[in-house]
Amino acid sequence: MTTLSSKTAAPRSVSGWRSPQAKRAFLTILGWSVALVIFFPIFWMILTGFKTESAAIADPTLIFSPTLESYQEVQERSGYARFALNSVAVAFGSTFLALLIAIPSAYAMAFLPTKRTKGTLLWMLSTKMLPSVGVLVPIYLIFRDVGLLDTRTGLIIVYTLMNLPIVVWMLYTFFKDMPKDILEAGRMDGASTLQEVMFLLLPLTLPGIASTGLLSVILSWNEAFWSLNLTTSNAAPLTAYIASFSSPEGLFWAKLSAASTMAIAPILILGWMTQKQMVRGLTFGAVK
Amino acid sequence: MTKTRASGRTVGGLRTLALQAPAVTLLLLWMIVPLGMTLWFSFQRYNLLMPGMTGFAGLENYEYLLTDPALWAAMGNTLLLVGWVLAITVVGGTLLAVLFQQEFAGRGIARVLAISPFFVMPTVSALVWKNMMMHPSNGVLAWLAESIGLPAVDWFSSLPLTSIVIIVAWQWLPFALLILLTAMQSLDEDQVEAARMDGAGPIAIFFFITLPHLKRAISVVIMIEMIFLLTIFAEIFVTTSGGPGLATTNLAYLIYIRALLDFDVGTASAGGVIAIILANIVAIFLVRMVAKNLED
Repeated sequence: MTTLSSKTAAPRSVSGWRSPQAKRAFLTILGWSVALVIFFPIFWMILTGFKTESAAIADPTLIFSPTLESYQEVQERSGYARFALNSVAVAFGSTFLALLIAIPSAYAMAFLPTKRTKGTLLWMLSTKMLPSVGVLVPIYLIFRDVGLLDTRTGLIIVYTLMNLPIVVWMLYTFFKDMPKDILEAGRMDGASTLQEVMFLLLPLTLPGIASTGLLSVILSWNEAFWSLNLTTSNAAPLTAYIASFSSPEGLFWAKLSAASTMAIAPILILGWMTQKQMVRGLTFGAVK
Repeated sequence: MTKTRASGRTVGGLRTLALQAPAVTLLLLWMIVPLGMTLWFSFQRYNLLMPGMTGFAGLENYEYLLTDPALWAAMGNTLLLVGWVLAITVVGGTLLAVLFQQEFAGRGIARVLAISPFFVMPTVSALVWKNMMMHPSNGVLAWLAESIGLPAVDWFSSLPLTSIVIIVAWQWLPFALLILLTAMQSLDEDQVEAARMDGAGPIAIFFFITLPHLKRAISVVIMIEMIFLLTIFAEIFVTTSGGPGLATTNLAYLIYIRALLDFDVGTASAGGVIAIILANIVAIFLVRMVAKNLED
């Protein structure tokens, strides 16, 4: 009887469900296999960037003599730096503007709430849900008429407005988390609103502002609907530049890979660093 | 709490208004002007190639669009694309979130690798997949298939929409994983432990504890993905250009064709209105959910 009951209980008890070491080893193999399969295209792209064009289209192999040829050619032949500069200008320009406009708004919502605050916030978020393609025609025509097509300024305006709701939202959540007593104390000491914001609020919420800014940079950097439709050559950022490799004439996989690797590397690293804040911004706080 | 603030409310209200004015005004303009124009154009005869033909069109553009087989093909493709990508990313993302929640060696790095595709710009992911992965003779998938004795698939000619689904799902699976993994962290470990003590197996724990806990996060993932997936554009633009035929033309791409290739502003705008209505149906639910969350 005793043996019978121990037998049925054994597989169910925590320690008996095979050995913990075996389970851990199994999970390690499974977890890593899945991660490597998902990451493989990126890994392969990075690798291909260091191959010659003929090695790039040869049978897949991990053994080859690496070369920086493609990196050089991407710069010399198509002027990679020019597009990268456009990306930097557009991503940082729009982020700076968005922060500038959003900080007062988020401050008001967090510290001077009225009956309408919640409604305003939700309305702002809802503008984010307007599909870009729905307003493609008017934006294109307006930009054509005022000469903003294929300009950095044009893209900066679009990206600022595109990211503004998320930026306001994230700043609002960071400001709201700040203890009110500190601001109160500052006010007691006779600080004006501007001083309060400049010397208390901004320094204290700097990490939050920084991660909000990073999210905005990432979103602008990777945006590809407006960049493909509103730019042709002068203001084309990297998303549009990479698209120029889609032409069917000839295969330039090594150059495509080299250019792509340079285009995604900075954002990949920023993305790794800001995962948590990403979730906060992308779900509008609906997932904690 | 409201009483003590009541005295400062009117002053505060004015300041609030002034501080919010720039953001609110800009967003209002950004929303109302193009939206109004889209709506206006959708009732106009307006083709950039035929400058003489103008005037009120009534419902002509809508009629033309709704009787155009291309629209229904595009709607079908949009639904298939959204549906399949959602199915893959939500089911896959949930399973991966459970996997990456377990303790194992190097879990942190494995997680970072798995969420990476989300940070890759769409034109890069589409072209890397199209060329280096799915190329019928030189791609990695063709090589894999041949090395185990299977015929290589010519992905973009024989399975064009499936190819797009794979690329888009690869980009959005990490998004689902990232959100669901965050949601997992608030799972009550004691509850899981208690269930385990009571003899619940891993499958029972998954269905009766983990899944109910993730319900809300899963619906957020579904809604956010729907809003973005409804208007997938760059991936189609750089790989198939909507073809072969209309096989990979979705609603966004059809509007692009009508607007910037055919210069038919009227019809494109009518298409835009349809896209906005579709997105708004989803958005209403999402906003409601966010609003609920603001209260707690």
